Amino acid sequence: MPDLQALVTDFVLKLKRRKIEGSQATAKQTAELLRQVVSQQRMPYTNQASVLIDAVRAVGEQLIAANPIELAVGNIVRRVLHIIREENLSSTTAAMEGLGLTAGSDDDEGEHEDRPGLSAAAVAAAARSTLRAPSLQTLLEDIPESAVAPHPSSSGGDSEGKSKSADRSSRSKKLKHDVIEAINELIQDIDTCHELISEQAVEHIHQNEVILTLGRSRTVKEFLCAAKEKKRSFRVFVAEGAPRYQGHVLAKELVGKGIQTTVITDSAVFAMISRVNMVIVGAHAIMANGGVIAPVGINMVALAAQRHAVPFVVVAGSHKLCPLYPHNPEVLLNEFRCPSDLLDFGEFSDCMDYGSLGGSPLLHVVNPAFDYVQPKLVSLFITDTGGHNPSYVYRLISDYYTADDLVVQRNSTN
Amino acid sequence: MAQKRGQRGASSSADDPEVVARVPLQAVLLADSFNLKFRPITLERPKVLLPLVNVPMIEYTLAWLDSVGVEEVFVFCCAHSQQVKQYLNQSEWTKPAARLSVTTIESHDAISAGDALRVIYEKSVIRGDFVLISGDTVSNMSLAQALHEHKERRKKDPLAIMTMVIKHSKPSNVTHQTRLGTDEVIMAFDPETKELLFYDDKADPSQRIISLDKILLADSPAFYMHNDKQDCYIDICSPEVLSLFMDNFDYQHLRRHFVKGLLVDDIMGYKIFTHEIHSSYAARIDNFRSYDTVSKDIMQSWTYPLVPNVRYFGCCSNMKLDRQGVFKALDVVQSRSAQIGAVTLIGSGSTIGDHSVISNSVIGQECNIGRNVSVHGCYIWNNVIIEDDCKLNHAIVCDGVHLRTGVVLEPGVILSFKVEVGQQITIPAYSKVSLLPQPSIQDSDEELEYADANSGVIESPSITSIISTRNAELNSDYSVTENSGLSEVGISGVGYIWCSYEGGNDEEWRHSVAPIPASKLAELSHDYYEDPDVSYQEVNSTPVSGELRPDSEITGDDDADGTDYGDSADFDKEVEATFQRALTGVNQENVILEINSLRLSCNKSHADCAGALFLSVIKLGLEAPHSSNGELYQNTAKEINRWKDILKHYLKSVDEEIEIILKFEEICLEIATEFSPLFSTILSSLYEKDILSEDAILSWASEKEGADESDKIFVKQSERFITWLKEASEEDDEDD
Repeated sequence: MPDLQALVTDFVLKLKRRKIEGSQATAKQTAELLRQVVSQQRMPYTNQASVLIDAVRAVGEQLIAANPIELAVGNIVRRVLHIIREENLSSTTAAMEGLGLTAGSDDDEGEHEDRPGLSAAAVAAAARSTLRAPSLQTLLEDIPESAVAPHPSSSGGDSEGKSKSADRSSRSKKLKHDVIEAINELIQDIDTCHELISEQAVEHIHQNEVILTLGRSRTVKEFLCAAKEKKRSFRVFVAEGAPRYQGHVLAKELVGKGIQTTVITDSAVFAMISRVNMVIVGAHAIMANGGVIAPVGINMVALAAQRHAVPFVVVAGSHKLCPLYPHNPEVLLNEFRCPSDLLDFGEFSDCMDYGSLGGSPLLHVVNPAFDYVQPKLVSLFITDTGGHNPSYVYRLISDYYTADDLVVQRNSTN
Repeated sequence: MAQKRGQRGASSSADDPEVVARVPLQAVLLADSFNLKFRPITLERPKVLLPLVNVPMIEYTLAWLDSVGVEEVFVFCCAHSQQVKQYLNQSEWTKPAARLSVTTIESHDAISAGDALRVIYEKSVIRGDFVLISGDTVSNMSLAQALHEHKERRKKDPLAIMTMVIKHSKPSNVTHQTRLGTDEVIMAFDPETKELLFYDDKADPSQRIISLDKILLADSPAFYMHNDKQDCYIDICSPEVLSLFMDNFDYQHLRRHFVKGLLVDDIMGYKIFTHEIHSSYAARIDNFRSYDTVSKDIMQSWTYPLVPNVRYFGCCSNMKLDRQGVFKALDVVQSRSAQIGAVTLIGSGSTIGDHSVISNSVIGQECNIGRNVSVHGCYIWNNVIIEDDCKLNHAIVCDGVHLRTGVVLEPGVILSFKVEVGQQITIPAYSKVSLLPQPSIQDSDEELEYADANSGVIESPSITSIISTRNAELNSDYSVTENSGLSEVGISGVGYIWCSYEGGNDEEWRHSVAPIPASKLAELSHDYYEDPDVSYQEVNSTPVSGELRPDSEITGDDDADGTDYGDSADFDKEVEATFQRALTGVNQENVILEINSLRLSCNKSHADCAGALFLSVIKLGLEAPHSSNGELYQNTAKEINRWKDILKHYLKSVDEEIEIILKFEEICLEIATEFSPLFSTILSSLYEKDILSEDAILSWASEKEGADESDKIFVKQSERFITWLKEASEEDDEDD
């Protein structure tokens, strides 16, 4: 599999060099890479799920390490792991249901022998989990990996009939097939998240409202444009988003769509906020506690919004939903970018002449990329699955991720 | 390699590489600096493998080449080629998964970049445009635009063979050095095309004058002259560059010989262009000062994403960035009472003892730092043991060094590999300590990074050096014990202290890691503030004082002198003729206009005009019939009164007024000796009519004080007047 290895190395390099910008692109490419991993993985007769999980985890580990600040990578890896677990469970359940139906038939002796080991509770839990049972319960009754995986292996020894192995290989193919299908769905979800979010625009943006945003987020842009297309007339204040000034780009795009736009400096946000009906911003990641990691400057906007009781709305695709808490040690909250965004190296080069200035740098230029916004400052999250409160985020997370993967990820990095 | 060697014979056939339609972007990386600036460290390890913020320098260069889309790199190794090859073989670059293909080319004969390029030419591996870079360059620039510009230019003009990358960076006013510790570079380039027209790195900082070729001024309608551009030593070259090196076998240095050679040579007409980068970073590590500067730039993220916490390189471990730019590996063992100050990096596996203070430093991997140690501005490489109570200040400490209790390193100290320093020893500032003795033969060829292999004993397969016992006696301020043959560094110490060479200790501060000492800076800035007057005088040809005014006076004395005298005499005549026309009724304003145009055409100053006009006025007075001195004075005073407006027009400052006085002296001496007894009276009448100010007269008098007796005739004559003036001005002062 040199081909796959090359792909992984390539992607890792791209991540390391910060060549991929934006969570969506990163998420999509990660998912596509993991689909490759799954499809190229040779499936043994036994223990298929755990083999897949191991393979995905091994690659995922490299990807996460390559750019720890891009949380979308970890999110997608965890979601793929979750998909594998779920598909495995559902196929097991399906098999059991099949067993229940065809219990009398003779062909399925092997299967019949396999099953008794499985406890009724586990079956029930599996069945529930596939139906997305309440999360707390799922967490408590979640079948550990070891409980699910060994069964095919234990059956491997007893079963010798050709029909059975054929059946098993079809099952193995089915698992792989299902997983790939599910990953395809995930990729599609990532692709379409903007449309799904934008659909909700008219529910939130009302006639003659004034919206404030900071910097440029593609999600925000699509959201605003969708509202405009549905004949809502409103005005947008765009804070320019120093030091990258992506707000300028957004302003251009919005004007192109015929939206009344006012560009303001970041520092003018507080002055303008009293005239604003709603703040809509994008995010870099949504943490498990409902906090948001967002481009630098947004915390200030959030505080201003809270001061004037202006709703602070965060729009983000579900791939930005991170199952980790900001206090988890492996979460890297910030990244310091190149100071040349802030000031011109040539002009300040005499301030950095360490030889004639005593040897220690007197001038420090700090260019953090992100802000952390507390959950209490956020009024609403709009994701592709609808609007949610910050306090509900943990519930969403239990839908998308398996608790095991959060812990396992940490172990595997050691 | 074997295959490459095989091609060596068939070198001359590859004369036309342009035929190849799509050539992968190639790069030539010189893994040898061809100088001695990093000695004694480079005796044992090539410069490109020295760690820069815990990553070998060559990694930065290769990572950059990879990121800009270079597909094939030829690493030219010379000194310690085995080490470079071994390193590359173990690195990720030569693994099959790497996109970049790295080939090493080895030659032990090369003593300069020019030789290296000649070797590469002989291998005929370069098929198209290539990037020429040295293995100690750190950059995060994007090459796409520069490459595009280069290609476009090449299409239009096949003579545009090279594009140099430059960056805005101000040199220090005081030391005339860049922040990288290199010499100030003066460049001139065309504002439109960015063609490089002039390049001069001022090797001698005391030299404040640059000379431009007249052709430069004649040929180019406009050009920019810069001393605040930093040469990044990243060049995009066409294959012709290699053949040029082949043709001019005496080209050694890339800039000093090649670039200057091309700029001077107008027969071939090859052109070099510049590409300025703005937001991205590029710098070459030339000496210890730039090592320090670039390290700090890296830690302050100017080279993003080539920063320690990004894990750009496969070899470095996970770093965490704390406040104030402190990078710490996750497994650092740090005492609670230890303080780590701003802009510091601590590599994995290092331990730091109680009450130690570290700031502005880089600590490598697996280092052991004891208690009460203070480390400030140091670069400590891997596996270094520093025992309790040591004080390190702006030093470089290489791998495996052992400092025993109480060692003090003064600023600028370099401890090479595995040196051991005994207890309570102070290593004096700017010393270099190495296990290898200093080569005694100072080869005249300063371009060698390593000692000449022929003249030395080979100690180990990769290290060549010359054993000399001479050094054992040098600097042996420390007690010599029997235990250790190499005991300059104290009891149980191992190492030689190198004596400084080439330029001596005075110049060490220029290239050291230590900041320039305050006393040195004060001295230099004193020089600097003294000098501008002189340079001002040199630059502006307008005289500050009459003495400096050459033409009319000095050459006037010496009739035998040639054209200058003629020039000024002609000018005087022309002015006189113009003036004559004024007598015939031409408007005064028109006269001024005509004289101005005369002044411009003859390239004269205002003072010259004033002198010439004054001469004409005096002559008018002389021409009028007169019988006695009194009458002559009357006539002259009348004429002066009549033309004082025109005269005043040219008397803008004291300088011109002094010129008039000097001219008058000249007239009295030579042209119209009749005036000599009248000198002081006319002078006072000029003063009364406000043509001359008292300042001018006084400064003229004071200037003449130092002159010969013969020159002083008129000063003496007008002594009374001058003393009266002095008293008057003193009274004025008192009134004030």
